[in-house]
Amino acid sequence: MTAGPIRILVVDDEPAIRRLLKTSLGAEGYEVAEAATGEAGWTEFGRVKPDLVLLDLGLPDIDGREVIRRIRGAGLVPIIVLSIRSDERGKVEALDLGADDYVSKPVGMDELNARVRAALRHRLQQEGAEPIFQSGDLAVDLVRRHITVKGVDVKLSPKEYDLLRLLVMHAGKVLTHSHIMREVWGAATDVQYLRIYVRQLRHKLEPDPARPSLILTEAGVGYRLTVEG
Amino acid sequence: MPESEKPNRDQRPSPEALLRQAAREGQGRLKIFLGAAPGVGKTYKMLTAAQIARAEGIDVVIGVVETHKRAETEALLAGLEAVPRRRIDYKDHSLEEMDIDTILARMPKLVLVDELAHSNVEGSRHPKRYLDVEELLAAGIDVYTTLNIQHVESLNDVVAQITHVRVRETVPDGILDRADDIEVVDLSPDDLIERLREGKVYVAAEAERALRNYFKPGNLTALRELALRRTAQRVDEQMLTYMRAHAISGPWAAGERVLVCVSGDPAAPGLVRYARRLADRLHAPWTAVYVETVRYHRLGEAARDRIAETLRLAERLGGKATTIPGTGIAEDLVAYAKDNNITQLVIGKSERSRRFEMLHGSVVHDLLRCAGAISVHVIAGERAEPEPQPQPQPDPAGATVPRLRFDIRPYLPSTAIVAAALGIGLALQQFLAIANISIVFLTAVLVVAARYGLMPSLYASLLSVLAYNFFFLPPLYTFTIADPENVVALVAFLVAALIASNLAAGTRAQALAARSRARVTEELLAFSRKLAGVATLDDLFWATTYQIAAMLKLHVVILMPEGADLVVKAGYPPEDQLDGSDIAAAKWSWANNHSAGRESDTLPGARRLFLPLRTGRGTVGVLGLDREAPGALLTPDGRRLLDALMDLAALAIERIHLQSDLDSAKLLAESERLRSALLTSISHDLGTPLAAIIGAASSLKSVGERYDERQRAELVATILDEAERLNRFVGNLLDMTRLESGAIAPRQEMLDLAEIVGTALQRAGKVLANRRVKVDIGADLPMLRLDFVLFEQVLFNLLDNAAKYSAADSAIEIRARRRDQLVELHVLDEGDGIPPDQIERIFDKFHRAHDGDRKRPGTGLGLAICRGFVTAMGGTIRARNRADRRGGDFVIELPVPHIPGPAQRAEAA
Repeated sequence: MTAGPIRILVVDDEPAIRRLLKTSLGAEGYEVAEAATGEAGWTEFGRVKPDLVLLDLGLPDIDGREVIRRIRGAGLVPIIVLSIRSDERGKVEALDLGADDYVSKPVGMDELNARVRAALRHRLQQEGAEPIFQSGDLAVDLVRRHITVKGVDVKLSPKEYDLLRLLVMHAGKVLTHSHIMREVWGAATDVQYLRIYVRQLRHKLEPDPARPSLILTEAGVGYRLTVEG
Repeated sequence: MPESEKPNRDQRPSPEALLRQAAREGQGRLKIFLGAAPGVGKTYKMLTAAQIARAEGIDVVIGVVETHKRAETEALLAGLEAVPRRRIDYKDHSLEEMDIDTILARMPKLVLVDELAHSNVEGSRHPKRYLDVEELLAAGIDVYTTLNIQHVESLNDVVAQITHVRVRETVPDGILDRADDIEVVDLSPDDLIERLREGKVYVAAEAERALRNYFKPGNLTALRELALRRTAQRVDEQMLTYMRAHAISGPWAAGERVLVCVSGDPAAPGLVRYARRLADRLHAPWTAVYVETVRYHRLGEAARDRIAETLRLAERLGGKATTIPGTGIAEDLVAYAKDNNITQLVIGKSERSRRFEMLHGSVVHDLLRCAGAISVHVIAGERAEPEPQPQPQPDPAGATVPRLRFDIRPYLPSTAIVAAALGIGLALQQFLAIANISIVFLTAVLVVAARYGLMPSLYASLLSVLAYNFFFLPPLYTFTIADPENVVALVAFLVAALIASNLAAGTRAQALAARSRARVTEELLAFSRKLAGVATLDDLFWATTYQIAAMLKLHVVILMPEGADLVVKAGYPPEDQLDGSDIAAAKWSWANNHSAGRESDTLPGARRLFLPLRTGRGTVGVLGLDREAPGALLTPDGRRLLDALMDLAALAIERIHLQSDLDSAKLLAESERLRSALLTSISHDLGTPLAAIIGAASSLKSVGERYDERQRAELVATILDEAERLNRFVGNLLDMTRLESGAIAPRQEMLDLAEIVGTALQRAGKVLANRRVKVDIGADLPMLRLDFVLFEQVLFNLLDNAAKYSAADSAIEIRARRRDQLVELHVLDEGDGIPPDQIERIFDKFHRAHDGDRKRPGTGLGLAICRGFVTAMGGTIRARNRADRRGGDFVIELPVPHIPGPAQRAEAA
């Protein structure tokens, strides 16, 4: 990894959003580059070689999904998509194209910062994975396949474990239904099986399964494992 | 009714008179120059009046004026613009007629139309000139016209009696009644004869002949008197109309009503004219009636046509025409008369022989016997019109007039039946007296009469007599009769057979008539039921055309106006095309609200007859009829049936119009309410948070340093809260818009209710920060077919609503249970509940539950969205107040999917 401050490229056609992101991300210590169009964004991407891209899907010139395709063609730089509410299809498409996460505008800066951190950490994890994952009362040891809640052992079926392992490996990041099913079941089978297994996992892991705080449902998109809590 | 007992009830203007006045508005004025005979100077008088009008600056044109080359008349043409006449070619001749289209395009104030009674050449728009005049008047053009008294329809036979010349060209009395002004052009008979002698009227030779025949002083005096009387009567009527319209009580005879009974007799038209004159004298409304008995069905086509023609004549003369079904003419006539307050009844004197009357009874005698207070006028049957020679009219259609054709079919079985009777008679003659065997034959005759009608039964009677004579009466096997006693028996048998067959055939005819009437009634009933279920005009038109086509065996089209054109809306058979003359007739019918085309007074050359389709709110379209077979389109029966069908259709059209009016009025009121609610909502719900945000942000910017930490945090929190509120509102507006534009297409999949509830609770975390939340979801709940995003929004809105209307620290509960094939989900709060009168309305857009004068913050959209989303997913949502304590209870019912969910499958596995 390159030394020095982490660089983030913001591609969004709204000056107000760019100004907000530049200010608040700058305050967090990131170095922020910005672009107003998809083409300018792609040029900037080549020039500044960012560590993370914040990309608006609705760009004036080229489709945001095209930008994702180009960036993915160039490497594994994390991409967080800025999307509008109620565009579940767009979100899923972006994620399936290789975007790491999405946030819905309008978004609180706390949440955005958390997502950015998760995405960056995920990169680091992939490179030098941490063996033990901890979130709230949950601790997962991926090497020894050992799971505890409040220090108490939890027995999981093999599929439940595969599901949890996938969530842990991408903790903090949203995983689409089809992605999870492909990874755990090997094929995009009935999404209801996934729902059943998520319910079973919640009953075993969540402090209050009726109000989940660990495995969060991203309505219409997929699931996300909370990192802090 | 106390109202009608007020003494001044006669002081009110008569509605009929007011109506008549109102109907005239916008129409041209008609002035008739009425003369007793040709040559009195009507055209001269008319032109003089036109010159005066022109001098006054009125725009006068000549439509048609016949000067007959009279020099002094021609001199008066000077300075008057004449519309060139139209040439019409007809059978090698080229004739000129008034060019009505050019006049209508020219739109003068006043047009001169000579010779009102003129018949137009075939191929003109109207067959009669007075119909042209009516159209000009309807277009708002004033008309001056001339008319001789002998051309007035109701005076036609009086004039014929006086002069022994029957005038063929007549105008209906209605046009005289309609005239705004009648000027009698009067000339004493001596002066007129003088003018004739001087050659001012006809050329010498013609004048001589005219003087010998028509222009006899006695004739002229009588005609002059007629003209003057008719005018006086007209003036009298005008006076009456004026007085009635202005509620001046007058001396008119109240309550007189005249009824004339018509028949297929050639003298019937004379009766109708008499009734008209009687009614005029009495100032009474009048009606011509035909009593349709079984005899009607035995009448020939010619007689039926004559009846229809007589009834039409009554209508042309300004009377009402009607047909009533009946069994005995006298009884039904009196019953009808009593029902309709008839005071004067006119009937023709029978020309039947005494013998016929003895056999069938006399209508006149019966009538006089049971008429009671009704005056009966028995008018001598005068064969005023030469009876039209029955023309042999071969009917290629055949089926339309079956009774004219000799049908051999019933005679064969009749012969067989008589033969059977003969066989039985031969077999029985060992055991029976010969006289009794005649009973067997009589039975055979009755069977034939009941089955095949009158003619075959007469044939069977004759055959029976012959067979009886030949086989049973001595000497056997001859047609001679030895015993005179047997002659008496045979004659008695013949008489009995004839009477019996007559009776039986009559019964059969009556039964047939009753059956066909019952079938028609049944079909009408079925049609009206069908129409009751029709919701759109298109369906209605299709149903109507089909019904008319099926019942009357006609081709039918319905045309409706679309912009400036008439467009075929429905037709049966559907592929029918209209040609140019059809379209012209249809347009004329539509524009003038009058029948046009085939068999009518206007454009009779068209292939179809067009009738305006009238409803209570005016004409809505035209109906076009035609038939492949030549001959009359409609029999009087058919015409009545058509009227009934069109009445039914008109009622249904009215109903559909009213319904759509009601709907659009409701829609309008609703959209008005929504528009104002939307404005209020946007100005309030967008404005308030924006004001707070701008206020807080601007004070932070300008004086931020002077605030302490806590104050700054307070302002920042305000900005954040208000922005989030704004965000929710925009989200709601977006959802509502998607819902209303139909963009909501739920992506329903099998979902776990608990998971959605969890997600919604998590998102509503901030809203529910200081509420105790209880979740109670049955473990046995099946998976449900839902759209996750939509249903999560529903739950969020319900939770938001519950938080809004309940106090801090109160409990909010989500409860879900299975009940048969439903899952019931409750969102319960502990607030004040919902005012009972608003329980349904809270789901309306922009409705907010009122709490005294205080309005809760909110958009008034949340619950409307809930209902929209839940409905889109196949569920229902309703609100009620909790039974166990105070608070609201929102209940969502969702259907359990039929296929066993994978939940069950997975558990079973």
